[in-house]
Amino acid sequence: MSAPRVAVIGFAQAPCLPSAGTTSGVETLVPVFREALADAGLDRRQVDFWCSGSSDYLAGRAFSFVNAVDAIGAYPPIAESHVEMDAAWAFYEAYVKILAGEAETALVYGFGKSSAGRLRRVLALQLDPYVVAPLWPDSVSVAALQARAALDAGIVTERAMAEVAARSRADAGVSEPVDLAAPYIADPLRRHDCAPVCDGAAALVIASGERALAGPRRAWITGVAHRIDVQGLGERDLTTVPSATAAASAAGLPDDLDVAELHAPFTHQELLLRAALGLGDRVRINPSGGALCGNPMFSAGLARIGLAAEQVRSGRARRALGHATSGPALQQNLICVLEADVREAES
Amino acid sequence: MKRAAVLGTGQTHHRTRRTDVSMAGLCREAIDRALADAGVDWPQIDAVVLGKAPDLFEGVMMPELFLADAIGAAGRPLLRVHTAGSVGGATANVATSLVRAGVHRRVLAVAFEKQSESNAMWALSIQPPFTAPIGAGAGGYFAPHIRAYIRRSHAPGHIGALVAVKDRRNGARNPYAHLRQPDITLESVQASRMLWDPVRYDETCPSSDGACALVIGDQAAAEASAKRVAWIRATAMRTEPTFFAGKDHVNPRAGAEAARALWHAAGITDPLDEVDVAEIYVPFSWFEPMWLENLGFAEAGHGWKLVEAGETRIGGRLPVNPSGGVLCSNPIGASGMLRFAEAAMQVMGRAGEHQVAGARTALGHAYGGGSQFFSMWVVSDTAPASV
Amino acid sequence: MAAPPLSAPLDIAFDYTRSLGPVLGRFMTGLRDGRVLGSRTADGRVHVPPLEYDPVTHAPVTELVDVRPTGTVTSWTWTDRPLAGQPLDRPFGFALIRLDGADTALLHAVDAGARERMHTGMRVRIRWAAERVGHIRDIECFEPSAEPAGPPGTGKSDPVMMITTPIRLSYTHTTSADESRYLRALAEGRLLGQRCPVCRKVYVPPRVCPADGVPTEEEVPIRDHGTVTTFCVVNVPFAGQRLDPPYVVAQILLDGADIPIPHFVVGDAGDVRMGMRVAAVWREPESWTTTPENIAHFRPTGEPDAPYESFEEHL
Repeated sequence: MSAPRVAVIGFAQAPCLPSAGTTSGVETLVPVFREALADAGLDRRQVDFWCSGSSDYLAGRAFSFVNAVDAIGAYPPIAESHVEMDAAWAFYEAYVKILAGEAETALVYGFGKSSAGRLRRVLALQLDPYVVAPLWPDSVSVAALQARAALDAGIVTERAMAEVAARSRADAGVSEPVDLAAPYIADPLRRHDCAPVCDGAAALVIASGERALAGPRRAWITGVAHRIDVQGLGERDLTTVPSATAAASAAGLPDDLDVAELHAPFTHQELLLRAALGLGDRVRINPSGGALCGNPMFSAGLARIGLAAEQVRSGRARRALGHATSGPALQQNLICVLEADVREAES
Repeated sequence: MKRAAVLGTGQTHHRTRRTDVSMAGLCREAIDRALADAGVDWPQIDAVVLGKAPDLFEGVMMPELFLADAIGAAGRPLLRVHTAGSVGGATANVATSLVRAGVHRRVLAVAFEKQSESNAMWALSIQPPFTAPIGAGAGGYFAPHIRAYIRRSHAPGHIGALVAVKDRRNGARNPYAHLRQPDITLESVQASRMLWDPVRYDETCPSSDGACALVIGDQAAAEASAKRVAWIRATAMRTEPTFFAGKDHVNPRAGAEAARALWHAAGITDPLDEVDVAEIYVPFSWFEPMWLENLGFAEAGHGWKLVEAGETRIGGRLPVNPSGGVLCSNPIGASGMLRFAEAAMQVMGRAGEHQVAGARTALGHAYGGGSQFFSMWVVSDTAPASV
Repeated sequence: MAAPPLSAPLDIAFDYTRSLGPVLGRFMTGLRDGRVLGSRTADGRVHVPPLEYDPVTHAPVTELVDVRPTGTVTSWTWTDRPLAGQPLDRPFGFALIRLDGADTALLHAVDAGARERMHTGMRVRIRWAAERVGHIRDIECFEPSAEPAGPPGTGKSDPVMMITTPIRLSYTHTTSADESRYLRALAEGRLLGQRCPVCRKVYVPPRVCPADGVPTEEEVPIRDHGTVTTFCVVNVPFAGQRLDPPYVVAQILLDGADIPIPHFVVGDAGDVRMGMRVAAVWREPESWTTTPENIAHFRPTGEPDAPYESFEEHL
C-alpha cells in the first residue's frame, strides 16, 4: 500500500499581541481550536491525534505544557504528544503518524507567552551551557553576529535588509516606517530588522483519506523534511544555512513555487534563507508580513505552514512553501511543500 | 503500516551524580552501547529523536540544540519529545512511527536526564504566584492516591513493601542499576522511614543521572541484523487532563484505554497469559498493583493478589521489572525508555542476569504528569504476522 | 467593566552544577591556569572551544593542544545596554574570535570602549580574570591588542571537574479572567466556583473545563466546609516547606464543588481520616489579599464522617 496523501484542511491563529493571555495558554487556545476545527469541518472528537509544541522556559515553569491539555477537553482520553520545539515539528510528528497509518486526522498546536520573561535573555539558555550560555549572549546579539558575517561577505546590505522590513510591514499593514537612520539595537540590527516580541498561538488541522476530501478547501502536503546544523557559532559558516538547503532537497522543493512563507525573525535571515533555498524573484515572499510582523514563539513556525496552506486553499497559489526555524542563527529548519494538486510521481 | 524492530539497546550506569561525564558524554555512553548492540554504524542512522523531561532540570533550553553534534544529529532530522515522565516511552514510539511510516530505515532514539545539574525537588516545587503553597513534595502528590487504592482494593499494608523487596533484589542482578540491594528484606523495608504516609523511604525511587538509547529499524534492517531483534508489535499513547471532576486517580481511564488499544493492536486477548514479562513504570512501589489492574493484567481491586502470590517475581506468571525498574534507577527523562529497552532486551535474550527464561513477548510501559500521559509498547521475538 | 487579570512576578534562580567530562574538564583547567586548549579532530582542525566528539568520525576527541591568547575578530556586534549576567556592565561588543592556532571561533566579549573601534579582522587578546576557578569567565573579556598579556601564574594543579552556573530569570505570571475573579473573591473571604455548561460540574478554582474544553461560566458560591477524600502525612523535610513535618496534606472536596482541592489539615492530625469533615481556618481578615493563602489550613469540624460512597467518585 502506498503512503496516504495528507492535506492541510484547517488553520487558525490567535492575534499576535505584545502581551496577551495567561501564562498557561489555555484561554488563548480554546477559541483557536474552535476556529481551526470549524475551518476543517471537524468536531474535536473526530481528531485522531493531537500534538503540540511549546517551551517550559517561556513560562518559567517545569511541565508548563501539561496545563494546555485542558483547552482540548481531553476526556474521554485522547491520543496526544508534545515536542519541546516550535509546533512546526509537532506538525511533522503528526504528519508521520498519519503516514504510518496510526491516525487519519490530527490537530497540531503551538503556544507561548513570549512576553512573560525577557525573551532575548531567556533564549541565551539555548546556547552551549558550558562555554557560551554563562556569558548570556542574548538572541538579538547572536543574530547580529550572523548579520555582520553576511554583510562582511557581501551577501546582504543594510539597505536590502531594510527593504525586507518595508515589504513585510506593508504586507502586514503595519504603518510604522522603516528607518535606516535609526539607532542599532545590536549593531548591525535596527529595530526594523528584528521581530517584535509577541504572544500568540496557532492550530493546524491535517487529514488523509476521505477526511482530507470532505472539507471544502485543502492544500496537499507533497513534501516535508527537516534538518539541524551544528550549534557552535564559530563552527558554522553563519552566512549559509546548510540544514535549510538539505531539507529543501529532501522535501523536493519545486522550482516553480508561487509563494513562500519563510520563518525569518530577522531581516538578514530572510535573505540568507532565500539564497539557501534558491528562491528567485518570481516567488512571492511572506504575503502575511512574516515573522517580522508577528513572531509568537513556538507557534510562528507552524503558522508559516498554515499561512502557506491558506494561499493554496484560497486559490491564490498553486504551489507554496511553509518554512520553520528553531534555535540560534537558523540552526534548525523545516520545509513543507503545499500544492493544489497532487503530482503523479509521489516519492 | 510497515514493520519495525528494535535492533539494539544501550544504557548508562545510573548514579545519583555522574560527575565523570558531561551531558554529551552521558548521552553518548548510552548511544555508543546501543549502536554496538545493534551492529549499526553512524552512516546508517537516518534520524535522531531525543526525549527528556523538563529543561529546568538541566538549566538548558532545548538542550538537543547544543547536543546536535555530539549525538550525531547534525545534518540529520532531529526531534525533541517532552511528554513528562512518559517521555522516554513516547520518544521510542515517535521513532517507531518514523520507521513504520517508511520515512526512515534506521532511527536513533535517545533519552536522558542529568538531575544532578540541579535539584528536581527545586525545579518541581517552583510556586507560581496566586497558588496555595501546599508543599507536599514529589511523593506527596501520589501518596493520597495510593491511600485511595488501598481503601478501594482492601489490599494488605505490606504489598508495597513486597514490591520494593522484589525490585531492589532484581536491581542487584542488573549491572546498570543505580540501587542494588541484594540483602533487602520485607522487615528492613517496613522499618525504613515513613516519608509520605503510607509511603516509606524504601518504597520510593531514587533520583538518578542516566541515559538510554535504542536503534529502531525497518524490516530490511531487522532482517540484516546479525543478532536477534525485538519486533515492535504495537504501540499506544493516551492522555487525559491532570485534574477534572470525576478523574479516577487510582485507575486512570487514559492508561486503561491505552492498554486496551495496545492489546488489540498486538492481537493479545489475555495479557496475563500471553505476555511473558513486563517493564512497568513504578516510581512508588504501590504503583505495581495499581498498574497491573490499569493494564488489564488483573481485575480492578485484584492486582495486589498477583504481588502477594509472588507472581510478579522472576519465575512467576508475569515477572514485573526484572531490571529493578524505576525503584532502582530513575533518570526521569530516560526512565520510560529504560522500560521499553528492558522489554526489548528480554525478547532479544540479552538481559543478562535478569533475563526471564523463554521471554518471547514483553510489555514496556511509561506514564507521567498526574497519572495522565501514558505510552507503551509490546515487543516480541518474532515478526508480527500482519500489521 | 471587569478588572484586568491579576499578574505577579515569578523569579526562578538556581546555581546549576555542571560536570565537565574529560575534554571540557581539561579546557576549564587550562583556563584556570591561564592557557587556552583546543581539541584537534581527525581532519587536523583545532577547535576552540573544544569539541567533545569529532563531527566527522563521531569518535571521542582526545587530543588537546595549546593555542595563543591572541586572535582575530571574525564577526562582531555592539551592545549599548548590557543585560544581567553578561561579561561587562558597560557598552561592549560580543564577537566571534579565532584565536591564533585555532581553526574555529570562540564567542566572547570585547572591551573596546566604543563601537567605532570594533571591526572585523581586529586583533584582540585575552584579559584574564583576577580570580580564576576553571570557567569560561576566567576570560574576563578580550581587549584590542596584538600583543598577548603575560599569562598569569597559578599555584593550583588539581583538575577542574565541575563548573557552577547561576541562572536567574524573572517572569511575569498572568492569571486568567476566571482565576482573577476567584482570587478577588478570596480577598473578600469568599470561595467561588464556576459550573461547566456541558458537564454541569462545578470547578474550584474556576477554569476551562478540562473534560469538555469550554470555559465555565455560571458562578456558584462554595462553602468553606468540605470532606477529606484522601490524604497523606508528610514526614519528610524539604526546601520551601511552610509547616514542620509531620503534617497532613489532604484532598478536600468543598461542599458544592465537584473537584477536590489540596490543603493542610491541622489539629487532631493523627486522626485524619478519609471522609473526615473539615472547615477552612481563615487568617485575620485585615491580612486578606488576592491569594489562596488567606486560608491558613483546614480543621476538623467534629461532624460525623461522610460515607465513603459519597466521595468515592472523587478519588
